[in-house]
Amino acid sequence: MSRVEVVGVTKTYGPVRALDDVSLVFDNGVFFALLGPSGSGKTTLLRAIAGFVAPDAGSILIDGRAVDDLPPHRRDLGMVFQNYALFPHLSVFDNIAFGLAVRGVGRAEIAERVAAMLRLVRLEGMAERRPRQLSGGQQQRIALARALVTRPRVLLLDEPLGALDRRLRQEMQIELKQIQREVGITAIFVTHDQEEALTLSDRVALINEGRLVQVGAPGEVYERPATRFAAGFLGDANFFEGRAAGRDGPFGRIADGASRAVLTADPLPADGAPVTVAVRPEKIVLRAPSEGVDPALVNRLDGTVRQAVYSGSSITYIVEAEGRRLVVFEQNTAASPHAPGAAVAALFRPEHAVVVAP
Amino acid sequence: MTLALRVLLVAVLAFLYAPIVVLVVMAFNRSALYELPIVWDTVWFEALAHNDRLLTASLNSILIALANTLVATVLGTMAALAFARFQFRGRNLLRLMLLPPITIPWLIIGTAMLVLFFWTGIGRGLHAILLGHVALSLPYVVIVVGARLTSFGDALEESAAVLGANPWQTFWRVSMPVIAPGVIAAALFAFAVSFDQFVISYFLAPPGVSTLPVEIYAAIRKGFTPEVNAVSAIIIVVSMGLMLVFARLYRFGGER
Repeated sequence: MSRVEVVGVTKTYGPVRALDDVSLVFDNGVFFALLGPSGSGKTTLLRAIAGFVAPDAGSILIDGRAVDDLPPHRRDLGMVFQNYALFPHLSVFDNIAFGLAVRGVGRAEIAERVAAMLRLVRLEGMAERRPRQLSGGQQQRIALARALVTRPRVLLLDEPLGALDRRLRQEMQIELKQIQREVGITAIFVTHDQEEALTLSDRVALINEGRLVQVGAPGEVYERPATRFAAGFLGDANFFEGRAAGRDGPFGRIADGASRAVLTADPLPADGAPVTVAVRPEKIVLRAPSEGVDPALVNRLDGTVRQAVYSGSSITYIVEAEGRRLVVFEQNTAASPHAPGAAVAALFRPEHAVVVAP
Repeated sequence: MTLALRVLLVAVLAFLYAPIVVLVVMAFNRSALYELPIVWDTVWFEALAHNDRLLTASLNSILIALANTLVATVLGTMAALAFARFQFRGRNLLRLMLLPPITIPWLIIGTAMLVLFFWTGIGRGLHAILLGHVALSLPYVVIVVGARLTSFGDALEESAAVLGANPWQTFWRVSMPVIAPGVIAAALFAFAVSFDQFVISYFLAPPGVSTLPVEIYAAIRKGFTPEVNAVSAIIIVVSMGLMLVFARLYRFGGER
C-alpha cells in the first residue's frame, strides 16, 4: 500500500499541453479513476507515474519520495495495459512469473506465488497455455495477476476493460474491485467510460484538456458537478443559463427574461451576474398539468412531450417547455407513459438545480 | 482455370526453371560438351573436389557471407531497434538514407567503394569485400527487422519494464524472442546478398583472391568447364533449402 502524490506536473508536446500544472494525491489503498475524454491527458498522467513520460515541470512522489529520476523498472509498480501486452512467446505461468524472474526470485518461491496469483484470478488450470489460447477476459485476468505478483506499491490500469464486450466488462468490473480490495493495493485507473468510473472507484479525478476539472467521491462529483463540462461528461444534464435575480424565500432566483425563473438552493453571485445551472435528467419529474404535486418540487416548467425513447427499465423523454428543450429520464413504473404530444409539467427541486462554472 | 491460362502457367514456370534444371542435369552428365543422351556420372563433382581455385573461392565466399551475416545482422538489428523505439534528431533522414544502397546500381557503388578504399588506404582484399558486403546488406536487415518490430509495438517492452526488467533483461527476455523470426529472416537475407554478390567482390578482389561468383565468371571467360555446373548445382540445392526456411519463418512468423 502506498501513497502517490503528483505535484504541479506539466507536460507539453510541441504546442499541446498534455498536462497543465496537475496536482493530485492518491491515498493508501484507494481505487482512483482518472476520467476524461480521449486526448484529455489522463493517459499521459498515468504514464508519467509509471515513468514512461518525463514531465517538463513538477514532481511525482511515491510514499513521500520523489521518483522523478527513477526509470520505470525501478519504481516497483504494477501495470495493466489496454491490450494486456502479454508476452506471446511465454506461457501463462512464465508471463506471471516474469516480474519475479527478473528480480532473481528462486524457483520454488516463484512456483508458489504464481500459483497463488492463478488462484486469485481463478485461472488455476491455465498455467501451461499460451496467451493467444485465452479469451479476452482470461487474458485480462492474467495481465492483472502478472501485475500483482511482485506485490507492487501501486497498480496502474490503462483502460483495463476497454477491449471487452459489455457483459464481460460488467463482470470484470466487479471482479477487479474485489481483487483490489482483497490485495489492498492503491490502484489508479484511466478510463473514458463515466459509468465505469462511477461503479469502480472510490475517488474520481475528472480531467479535460490537460487540467484537473474536479476531484471527489463518484457520488459527490455526480451530484455536485463543479463545471458545465463536469456535468455534461459525467452523466447527462439539462442546462439553464440566466442571471442572478434576487431571492425567493430560501432560494436564489435565476432569470433569463424569457421563461419562468429557476430557483436553486445554491448560493448565487451578485444580482445580474451570469449563472449556469445544471439539472440531471432523472431529477426532473413529469406530471399531467392538472395533477397535484409534491410541494418540494418548486421549479415548474409547462410544456409538451416531443419524443419518448423506450429503453426497457427507463424511458427518456424529450420535452419542449417554455422555449427550452429538456431531457428527462423516468423509471418505467407509470401505468402508461406520456405519449408524444401530451401536455406535461416538468418539475424539480431547487436542491437539484446545481450552479456550475461555465 | 481455362486451358490458355494453364499453358501460360506452364510456360512461365518452364521459363523460370528450365535453365536451372538443365544446369543441374548437366552437372551429372559425363560429357563436357553437353552431348546427349545423358550419361549419368559424378565425374564433375570429383573434378570439383580437386579444383583448388574453385574450392578456395567457395571457401572465401562462405566465410565472407558468414562474417557478413554476423556483422550486418547485429548492426542492422541494433539500428532497427533504434529507429523503432527512440526519437532522435535526424531519424527520418537516416531512415531515408537506408534506401540508396538498395536502389543505386551495384556497379556504381562498387566503383565508389573501390575509389574510397584506394584513397583511404583500406585497399583491396577479403577485408574490403567484407566491408562492401556489410554496407550493402545492412539496409535489408534494418528493413526486415524493423517491419517485425513495428508489428508488435512497444507495449511488450514497456510491460517488461514496469515488471522490473532492466533494458538488458527486456531485450533478451522479450524483444529478442519476439523479433527472432525477423532477425533470422534478415540473417538469411544478409547471407544471400553476400553470397550472390559479384560486382562489388569483383571490384574489390585483388589478383589471386576471389570469391565463388568471381571465380565462376573467370572460369566462363577462360573456357567453360562442367565443374561450374557441379558447384552451381550444390549452391542451388543449398540456397533453395535456405529459402524454404526463410519463407517459413518470415511468412508464418508473424502469427506466432
